[in-house]
Amino acid sequence: MRQGYEGVAVAVPVTIPYERYSIRAAHWWLARALSAIVSRSGLKKDQIDGLSVSSFTLAPDTAIGLTQHLGLSPRWLDHVPFGGASGVVALRRAARAVQAGDVDVVACLAGDTNHVDSFRLTLANFSQFARDAVYPYGAGGPNASFAFLTAHYMAQYGAKREDFGKLCVAQRANALKTDFALFKKPLTLDEYMAARPIAEPLHLFDCVMPCAGADAFLVLSEERAKQLGLKYAKLLGTIERHNAFASDPVQMRAGWAVDREDLYTQAGAGPADMDFVETYDDYPVISLMQIEDLGFCAKGEGPAFVREHSFTHDGTFPFNTSGGQLSVGQAGAAGGYLGMVEAIRQLTGEAGPRTVRDAKLGLVSGFGMINFDRGLGSGAAILARAS
Amino acid sequence: MLERPKRKNPVLRTRLPTLPPAARSRIALGLTAAAAMGRFELQQCKDCGVVQYPPREACQTCLSTKVFWKQQPDGGELLARTVLHHSNDLFFRERLPWRLGLVKLDCGPTVVAHLHESVEKKVKVRAMLDRAGQAVLAALPEKEINVADDRQLREFTCDPKFRKVLITDGKTALGQSLVHAFAKAQADLIWVGHSEPWKKFKGFDDLAKIPQVTLLPLDLTDSKNVREVAAEIGAKVDIVVNNAEHHRAFGISNRAGVETARAEMDVNYFGLLRLAQELGPVMRARGADGQSSAVAWVNVLSIYALANFPPHGTFSASKAAAHSLAQCLRAEMRPAGVRVVNVFPGPIDDEWNQLQPPPKMSPASLAGAIVKALQDGIEDVYPGDVAQEWLARWRDNPKALERELSA
Repeated sequence: MRQGYEGVAVAVPVTIPYERYSIRAAHWWLARALSAIVSRSGLKKDQIDGLSVSSFTLAPDTAIGLTQHLGLSPRWLDHVPFGGASGVVALRRAARAVQAGDVDVVACLAGDTNHVDSFRLTLANFSQFARDAVYPYGAGGPNASFAFLTAHYMAQYGAKREDFGKLCVAQRANALKTDFALFKKPLTLDEYMAARPIAEPLHLFDCVMPCAGADAFLVLSEERAKQLGLKYAKLLGTIERHNAFASDPVQMRAGWAVDREDLYTQAGAGPADMDFVETYDDYPVISLMQIEDLGFCAKGEGPAFVREHSFTHDGTFPFNTSGGQLSVGQAGAAGGYLGMVEAIRQLTGEAGPRTVRDAKLGLVSGFGMINFDRGLGSGAAILARAS
Repeated sequence: MLERPKRKNPVLRTRLPTLPPAARSRIALGLTAAAAMGRFELQQCKDCGVVQYPPREACQTCLSTKVFWKQQPDGGELLARTVLHHSNDLFFRERLPWRLGLVKLDCGPTVVAHLHESVEKKVKVRAMLDRAGQAVLAALPEKEINVADDRQLREFTCDPKFRKVLITDGKTALGQSLVHAFAKAQADLIWVGHSEPWKKFKGFDDLAKIPQVTLLPLDLTDSKNVREVAAEIGAKVDIVVNNAEHHRAFGISNRAGVETARAEMDVNYFGLLRLAQELGPVMRARGADGQSSAVAWVNVLSIYALANFPPHGTFSASKAAAHSLAQCLRAEMRPAGVRVVNVFPGPIDDEWNQLQPPPKMSPASLAGAIVKALQDGIEDVYPGDVAQEWLARWRDNPKALERELSA
């Protein structure tokens, strides 16, 4: 039995409102996130002795360069360049450091800029395998890879475009209640179905829109959070797994399927106890995979699950309650933080008009890095309301 | 099916060449090296036998660094397909929609591949050079097809069909075989050079009868003549086949003076240089000029370009020089996507190789190998058994080959 996460608090969810394009550097976005953490926590900048950073566009800098850039002197420093898995992984590491007393408070930051041409450049240099074996084929990056996964999932499990559309439409409804979401117009299923094709079977509303932005949160002990008078959520359990099921010819499952028992045992709760779920959602098929792999339904029953449930914050399965990346935007590595900050908001009474009523437990899931033909990183965390 | 392109409207702008993404890690260039010769090789671990892709620095199963490029069975199963309607990359953006497939190879790995239009569940995978000259994988139907008839995969070939070809010397048996082979491959126009226009060579009348053929005076040792020919037809040539050569036997001490060697260099090396200076730039500008763009430059070199064959010592040296220059030409043509195809035949069955023992390459089979290389998109061609054997010996141990050839 692994040691639990007793005493770990997650607080101060920050989102620096996204912009489609920015002429600023990643450092600017991360600076604003840190500044928001400082002003909202009441901590002095010098009191932040731990820093975790995730970003695609920070190069040539890494977390250590950012310490000098922002004038920090942390005694605990982490760089987590894991894309959509960054939020969960940053939390896991920071939580242990706090428990061990190696650090007092950790500011976890994720942010990226998006110049007009930066997405293409990020794709071209995303990974060695992508450069050698995907980018030369035209789509680069995730569109083609997720088109394959979606096509295969549809053929294998009978999912229809309407099933993916239902998730996208519900997320848009949630996003209309999220002030920082980039998408402000309602989306109907007809509009979803009529959208132009991008990489068949993917159409426009299946694909995230790259943008600039930053998200952040604070990891510290419950004791310290109380001392600072901060509202916080408790960490009950968390898992992480990379390159799971490497010999599957095409990705239909990921690391959650390996470790979910561990997660639920640690949290002392099961899938049915979750009041809301925040998945990583750059394309809707991966949300279905997470719903299955995290045990909300059996493998292959995702389509039926979608047909049975409603996914708005006030639905039968409150899901991606901020609107998710599909309706808020994908601010690079901050996409891996979006679900985390939203879960903290839901559990600390900061979710405003999209609040999930009486939410006590929430699950956040991360998925990251389409290195070649599949996403490598997966992780999940269960957070609980503190009082 | 491919259709004859309409005549070009000279008022419209000629589309400039763009290339698919060319960056590769060094380890991944193993795929390119094999594809350049038309082979499908993937990394295989010497210790545990596992075949892997994408290329890695070590075996993902047993961590051995003894991973080598080995020819693999090309069968596979199509797991999923997509059609791109959007691309961030200019080359593909200009060619949408574009089909891709995810293929599980019978030899193990799952790969992303360009997809032939008539692919069903079972596929054959081929490594091809794309317009950037780098290897990509293509999934083809199981049945035999001409890949160049597929709109998408045609981009990776140099198919002569509906293209305009310059063959620099029609006087030799090889030159005449080339003309027939290109005519059969449905080349649109074939210009055939002959260096001595005041006299009719053997076979002249037969060539003149072929409807696509235009004979024109061309002497690669005459800078002015080369310039004039380039000015006249340069903007129309899609494929150059430089087969003009001067070949005499003997090495150093069996002949006095340097005149013969100079004559060899003047055609085999400087001739290529003159032609490349005049035709290269205009072909570069037409690298993306519609369905029948400028596409290839073929150099008929010799297997003696790899290692000097002392009985033909000065000829070998001139071909080695031409090979080196052809590498330079390849680098300069690459930004336009114009492929430089180097052909390294063993001895051709002609009067200058009379004393060479068989097997010797017949001009017709060499011409066929050249057209096939263009259709398949291969850039390093070692046709025939002698060339294959020399290549194997040279790759295995170049020093040993040097000693063997000096015996």
